[in-house]
Amino acid sequence: MDDKSGAEYWRRNVKLVLTLLVIWFVVSYGFGILFVDALNTITFAGFQLGFWFAQQGSIYVFAILIFVYVRQMNKLDREFNVREDE
Amino acid sequence: MDLTTLTYIAVGLSFALYIGIAIWAKASTTGEFYVAGSGVNPVVNGMATAADWMSAASFISMAGLIAFLGYGGSVYLMGWTGGYCLLAMLLAPYLRKYGKFTVPEFIGDRFYSRTARIVAVVCLIFISFTYVAGQMRGVGIVFSRFLEVDILTGLIIGMGIVFIYAVLGGMKGVTYTQVAQYCVLIVAYTVPAIFIAFQLTGNPIPQLAFGSTVNGTGDFMLERLNQVVTELGFLEYTTTSKSTIDIFAITLALMVGTAGLPHVIVRFFTVPKVRDARSSAGWALVFIAILYTTAPAVGAMARLNLTQTVQTGPVGAEDGNLVFEQRPDWMKRWESTGLLSFEDKNGDGKIQYYNDANAEFAAKAEQYGWKGNELKVDNDIMVLANPEIAQLPNWVIALVAAGGIAAALSTAAGLLLVISSSISHDLLKSTFTPDMTEKQELLTGRIAAAVAIGIAGYLGYNPPGFVAQVVAFAFGLAAASLFPVIIMGIFSKKINREGAIAGMLTGLVFTMGYIITYKGVFIAPILPNTAEYWLLGISPEGIGAVGMVLNFAVAFAVSKVTAEPPQRIQDMVEHIRVPKGAGAAIDH
Repeated sequence: MDDKSGAEYWRRNVKLVLTLLVIWFVVSYGFGILFVDALNTITFAGFQLGFWFAQQGSIYVFAILIFVYVRQMNKLDREFNVREDE
Repeated sequence: MDLTTLTYIAVGLSFALYIGIAIWAKASTTGEFYVAGSGVNPVVNGMATAADWMSAASFISMAGLIAFLGYGGSVYLMGWTGGYCLLAMLLAPYLRKYGKFTVPEFIGDRFYSRTARIVAVVCLIFISFTYVAGQMRGVGIVFSRFLEVDILTGLIIGMGIVFIYAVLGGMKGVTYTQVAQYCVLIVAYTVPAIFIAFQLTGNPIPQLAFGSTVNGTGDFMLERLNQVVTELGFLEYTTTSKSTIDIFAITLALMVGTAGLPHVIVRFFTVPKVRDARSSAGWALVFIAILYTTAPAVGAMARLNLTQTVQTGPVGAEDGNLVFEQRPDWMKRWESTGLLSFEDKNGDGKIQYYNDANAEFAAKAEQYGWKGNELKVDNDIMVLANPEIAQLPNWVIALVAAGGIAAALSTAAGLLLVISSSISHDLLKSTFTPDMTEKQELLTGRIAAAVAIGIAGYLGYNPPGFVAQVVAFAFGLAAASLFPVIIMGIFSKKINREGAIAGMLTGLVFTMGYIITYKGVFIAPILPNTAEYWLLGISPEGIGAVGMVLNFAVAFAVSKVTAEPPQRIQDMVEHIRVPKGAGAAIDH
């Protein structure tokens, strides 16, 4: 891999991670902490929404985010031909 | 069969399994001893990581903590799961690509400095020993409660088991026993939760029961809970008395601390490929989430069950409280452990359980003829007594005992292993006696593991005052010292030796100093541990977040005014950023 595509690979990697971490931040620190009172005025399925994000929802989202990251990175690795053993 | 016999059988079988695995997975090279030969399947590693990560505190104490903290308990739920996103995206793949054995080794190489490596070893040992002392204590307590032996005997048995599989099997043995331990602990945790959920709401899935209506009524469980606890003067369940900034800081410190804990990071050195390190973190979180999404449901259901068991009718009514002589059997049984105690302050033979620290409600209670809260309940009881509260058969109780021991042992073994790797690999092999053969290094690793077990056992039996503050300490230090330098080492080419060392020391000294000021470790606290004396309103539990920011800031500033890292280091950073070309973790 030459320097130019190396830099591009890294740029796209960092961009993906930042995007996912913004979501990570919003569901936990945003919905679960900073805006919890506002969201708690909404109830659904027996939960106040802010409380649900703090004790359930954020954890589900965290797990989904990692698998999205895995998928996208595998795609990126293939695109730039930096996947191991291939 | 009686409960004690069943418990002995359950615990005995689980021990036989662990020892069998240890004999099968005996480590014969340093690569196997330190990183299981880097041949662990990512899903299997995810399971091992989950057991490594979920300690006695997660298994025994967390649901109880949440039961009494309500929304405030969210800091543990988010804080102890969110770090896996950071691990997956910011650390694990790159450290796996680097392909060495220990965390200090990466720090020492990346910052071309033996001093940096030794500072990292000191951080690691401090973090891991504080943490492991709590685990050994947990082992002793579970033994003494369920098997009716004293804490010392329990500790010695626990140490013996860990000794066999950690010393013999190294990382390879620990990995596969952790998989078995995960299976034991998750079954032990979820089975009682499912039964209780079903009994209370008719929905057997705890995560859903949490939001369902209470059996026979149209009330949602959380609404009912808010109502019954506020009627007794407690804070509404879905709110907290903590300030938003403190909740924010504690969650951040726990998340970042998780990602900076050496015994967790090192688990990602054991998988074959960079892409496995990424997916393994995802699997780890899935396995952890099974327990972590059940725990808040267990907490809420237990709080509701407990409150309604004691407050049988309307608050203040003549016959609204449980008559002491008619209390359920599980209460009698747990009284003998001292985890539950009743004092009939007003001499009416009934149990009053309310918040007497709430002045407004206490005044009302006086009119009812109540003379203070009469029931004391330890957090830990919520999980341990769950099967009895739900009137489940004895084998479930025996399973919970085996699960609690599995949770404590798996974490203790992981911690002991990183301590011994650091001593044999980072200190002896690389710093003091570099001409050791592999055989000698392997032997040294085993001796270090044995000594570490001894010290951990001693600390578990004679806990120094700070063991109760383990959470604040271990996580705060990991967040403020190791995490930032690893991240900077990967994501910046310009951070140099001077910056990293200054950053680590700043984070370490600041965080330790802050915790000691308010919690008083070894010395008396210097300032009272209340919000008005805290910096920015952040409690010692959350201060690691500030330490982390300071670490980053100092490292950047110092790196700016000192010489850039040499070209070969910048090339190395380029190299770890791409997956291709990663080999097995080899000695070098």
